[in-house]
Amino acid sequence: MNEAVLVTEGLTRYFGGLAAVVGVSIACERGRVHAIIGPNGAGKSTLVNMLSGDLVPSSGRVTLRGADITGVAAHRISRLGIGRSYQKTNIFLPFTAFENCRLAAQSRLASSMRFFRPARAYRTLAEAAERALAAAGLDARGDMPAAALSHGEQRQLEIAMTLATEPEVLLLDEPLAGMGADESARMVELLRSLRASHAILLVEHDMDAVFSLADRLTVMVNGAVLASGSAEEIRANPAVQEAYLGEA
Amino acid sequence: MTNRHALIVALSVVALVLLAALPAFAEKFYVQLFTKILIMAIFAMSLDLLVGYTGLVSFGHAAFFGFAGYLLALVTPQYQAASLWLSLAIALAGSALLALAIGAFVLRTSGVYFIMVTLAFAQMLYFLFHDTKIAGGSDGVYIYVRPLATIAGWRPFDLENFVHYYYVVLALAVATFLLLWRVIASLFGGVIVGIRVNEHRMRSLGYPTFRYKLACFVLSGTLAGLAGYLATVQFGFVNPDMLGWHLSGSVLLMVILGGMGTLIGPALGALAMLVLEIAFQALPVVGAVNIGKHWQLLM
Repeated sequence: MNEAVLVTEGLTRYFGGLAAVVGVSIACERGRVHAIIGPNGAGKSTLVNMLSGDLVPSSGRVTLRGADITGVAAHRISRLGIGRSYQKTNIFLPFTAFENCRLAAQSRLASSMRFFRPARAYRTLAEAAERALAAAGLDARGDMPAAALSHGEQRQLEIAMTLATEPEVLLLDEPLAGMGADESARMVELLRSLRASHAILLVEHDMDAVFSLADRLTVMVNGAVLASGSAEEIRANPAVQEAYLGEA
Repeated sequence: MTNRHALIVALSVVALVLLAALPAFAEKFYVQLFTKILIMAIFAMSLDLLVGYTGLVSFGHAAFFGFAGYLLALVTPQYQAASLWLSLAIALAGSALLALAIGAFVLRTSGVYFIMVTLAFAQMLYFLFHDTKIAGGSDGVYIYVRPLATIAGWRPFDLENFVHYYYVVLALAVATFLLLWRVIASLFGGVIVGIRVNEHRMRSLGYPTFRYKLACFVLSGTLAGLAGYLATVQFGFVNPDMLGWHLSGSVLLMVILGGMGTLIGPALGALAMLVLEIAFQALPVVGAVNIGKHWQLLM
C-alpha cells in the first residue's frame, strides 16, 4: 500500500482580488506520478509554488508525512525533502554542469560555513554530483558551462540539480517545455526511472507524456479542481473533454 | 598548468619581489606612498568580496574603515602609545560587530535599494562623529604616538619606523589576498558566488541565503576595518571624512576600475587611483576649473 507523502487540504491563493488557486486538495504518493493538467492560467504553477515554499498560501494546509509545512520558507522545504524544477530553466549559467550539481549536493551539508578547505577537496560532493549527472543522462557534459548546453540539456540539468538534493518528493513544473521529440522521449524515460523511488507531482502540457506517465490526474480550471482520477476516468469525463481536452 | 597560469604566477612573483625590495631603492616618499596603496588595496579587496563575488554593491564601505580608525583613536591614551595587539583586536572586533548590526538591516534589501541603504547607514555614522564631541567632532583627533608591538617585553618591529611599517602592511596585504583567495575557493565561496548568480535558485536548493550574505558582510567589514586601522596608524589622525561617502565612492571606483570579482584587479585599481591622483595634482588650473583637484571627471 502506498502512503500519501505530500497532502494538501483546501489550498487557496489570492493575488489581490484574483483567486489563482481555490480549495485544491490533492495527495502525492511514493512510487506514483500525480499529474496536474489544465489550460494556461489554471493555477498549476501557483500550486507548485505554494508546495515548494516560493509562495505562502492564503488559506488551506500542506502536510508532509503528516507534519504541517504550510507557509514554511523555501530553503526549509527543500531540506525537508521536497525538490522542485522550474518551468523556466533556473540554473547557474556561468557554472559548469558539474558545478551546478555539486552546489546542489552541497546544500545537503548541515552548513556551508566552511571557509578554508577548497570545495574540490570534498570527494563525497563530487561523487554525488557525478551520480546526479549520470542519472539525468548528462555524464558526458559535466565540464561544459551550463550556458553552452542545448535547451534540452539545460532542462536535464535542471532535473539533475533537483536529484542531487536527494528529495523524497519531486515537484516538476513542465519538464518537457520547449523540448524536441527526441529530447522529450528521453526525459519521459528519465521520469519513468525516477517513479519507483519518489513521490512525483508533474505539471505538464504534453498530453502524450502525461497519459504515459501518470498514475493519477488532476484537472484544474480557473484555479479549482475540475476532476481527479485515473487516466481512464479523466479521458471518459465529459466535463474534462469540454473544458480542456476538447481544445486539443 | 597552462601557459596563462604560469604567466600569472610569474608576474605575481616578480611583483612581490619588487614590492619587497622597494625600501632598498626608493625614497621615503615612495615607500610611504606604497604603504598607502597597499592599505587601500586591502580596503578594495574587502569590498570586492561583496561587490564582485556576492553581487552586493555597497556604497557605505567607509563606515567600517573609519569606525576602526576611530576605535584606535579612542583607545589610545593622549601622548602615550596603545598596545598594537589590543587596539587592533578592539578595532577588528568593533568593525565586525558594526558590520553584523548594519548587515542585519541592509541585507533585507537588494539592488539599488541596497546601494542607498548602505550609503544611509554610513552617513548616519559620519554625522554621529561629525556633529557630536566624540573624538573631536568635525575636527577629528590626532594620535601622537603610534601603537607599540610589544610581546612580553620584546618588540619585533617599530611602527614609528616607516620601513618597518611598510613591511607590516605588505605582509597584511598579502595575507588578506591569500585569505580571500582561499575563502572564494571554499564551500562558503561557492555559496556566495551562487547567490550572486541566482539567489532564488540557491534558496530553492535549500540554502538560507541571508545568513551567508551576513557572514560575508561581516568578513568584508572586518577587513575594511583592518585597512582603516592601518591607515589611521600611518597618518596618526582621524576625522569624519574617513567615514564619508566620498571615500566609499573612491573604493568602489577602485573595484570597478580594476575589475570586479578578481581580487588582484581591485588591488591594481587602488594603485592606479593613487598614482593618477599624484600625477594629476601637477595639472594647471584652466579657467575656473582646477583639473588637479577634479581629475576624476576626465575618466
